[in-house]
Amino acid sequence: MSVVEAPAIRIRGLERSFRDVSVLRGVDLDVAPGTIVALLGANGAGKTTLVRILATLLRQDAGTASVAGHDVRSDARGVREALSLTGQFAAVDEVLTGRENLALVARLRHLPDPNGVADALLERFSLVEAGRRRAGTYSGGMRRRLDLAMSLVGDPAVVVLDEPTTGLDPLARLEVWDAVRELATAGTTVLLTTQHLEEAEQLADRIAILHRGRIVQDGTLAELRALLPQATVEMVERGPSLEDVFLAVVGERPGLESPAGDAGTSEGER
Amino acid sequence: MSTHAIHADPAVGSGATLRGIRDVATLTGRSLRHVLRSPDTIVTTAVMPIAFLLLFTFVLGGAIDVGDAAYVDYLLPGILLITIASGIAYTSYRLFLDLQAGIVERLQAMPIARSAVLWAHVLTSLVANLVSLAVVVLAALAMGFRSGAGIGAWLAVAGILVLVTLALTWVAIIAGLTARSVDGASAFSYPLILLPFVSSAFVPTETMPGPVRWFAEHQPVTAIVDAMRALLAGEPVGGELAVALAWVLGILVVAATIAAAIQRRRRA
Repeated sequence: MSVVEAPAIRIRGLERSFRDVSVLRGVDLDVAPGTIVALLGANGAGKTTLVRILATLLRQDAGTASVAGHDVRSDARGVREALSLTGQFAAVDEVLTGRENLALVARLRHLPDPNGVADALLERFSLVEAGRRRAGTYSGGMRRRLDLAMSLVGDPAVVVLDEPTTGLDPLARLEVWDAVRELATAGTTVLLTTQHLEEAEQLADRIAILHRGRIVQDGTLAELRALLPQATVEMVERGPSLEDVFLAVVGERPGLESPAGDAGTSEGER
Repeated sequence: MSTHAIHADPAVGSGATLRGIRDVATLTGRSLRHVLRSPDTIVTTAVMPIAFLLLFTFVLGGAIDVGDAAYVDYLLPGILLITIASGIAYTSYRLFLDLQAGIVERLQAMPIARSAVLWAHVLTSLVANLVSLAVVVLAALAMGFRSGAGIGAWLAVAGILVLVTLALTWVAIIAGLTARSVDGASAFSYPLILLPFVSSAFVPTETMPGPVRWFAEHQPVTAIVDAMRALLAGEPVGGELAVALAWVLGILVVAATIAAAIQRRRRA
């Protein structure tokens, strides 16, 4: 591949409207290889529209977008080889087991050892035990992890996560965050959309703010902070937040199989 | 494997076709697994036609004059069409669920042919319907259905059933692609299930009043049923076979074309 120097994702002047509603009005964005970029925006800001154009699921009205050097319009197949999309709702096959879901994607990506690939990913996402059960029996966090694992089959260069933690409880959210960090450590480029500021702070190397169809700011957290006047020092009594309490009460971050008891009931759920 | 070659070099086309076939096979395996894990769909498909068989053979059939033939022999071809009409409802149901769960979208963001997703559903429908049809034929045999037809005639009947299944499956694909609710996804099959009643499937058309008779004699079910009935009775098949094939192939081509167009427009 000769695109090492080029951005993993390159978007210029991207426009898209639905009927007479103009959703994207000239988006410019670069994502450097191996980084995590958070696309931050309110509901309806156009995050999902942008992501769907990148994943070749939607056509733009104007402008260009390329992924790993492949143009989304002229080389959709190249884009699909390079990019994996994890949509807003975990798109797993509930009738198949976790392992079958992964092996299915591996077969469709024509990898030599689909079952081996599936087993390795189950291991990596702490789903070995659950891998034998139907995905329909999984908790929200497990479904999300399986969903992420399915996106990683075949090691795509770019992974796009559309609101990866929406609808998850705090524990499951931490599990997903760990998985995303691990991705970037392994050299994968990650573009994630979120409406949670904390998520962007926690995960992203750079943050791009999408507002009224344009990227209005794009920079590191420090750069964005520098936009506002220096913080003044105020004494504020800070008790533990409800989230701190919740996490303390339900035990430390699992990041592992699932809350206790799940494995034991695996046979009884059918 | 160079990903660029696929576009640049037309000679690689056959490799792409081969991969496409493998993808269809993989996806067909997946949805057949769905059928295997809820075998009730095959049973449910066969239950209503078998109930009709029992009802018409042992309750109503005695009062229906179909000439010399045993009524169950007269009845079976129409019942087989009803079996297909109720079986394909599951195809639109499965496709609709795949769309709703985001699985179709996930597949379309992957480097596989977009048509592979639909073809997998079509082939799964074919396999599931052929199993249901076999169950219904076995039930008919138990009720006294007999045929003197040779292997050639049986193969011709099987061929007609395969074509009818394919044609109606593409209609079901359209319903699955455009439905807004689970109920809507299968509701389209009700008229198809009722259509045989206004045809020669249950009673000869001669006793029907003018306009109804005209409709019955000019709608596809009558031609298809008459052709299969003649084949199973070992009688020479006349023009009805050509009419039947024209109808079935026409529906097949039109429905498949519309389904493909809808599928393309989903990316608008």
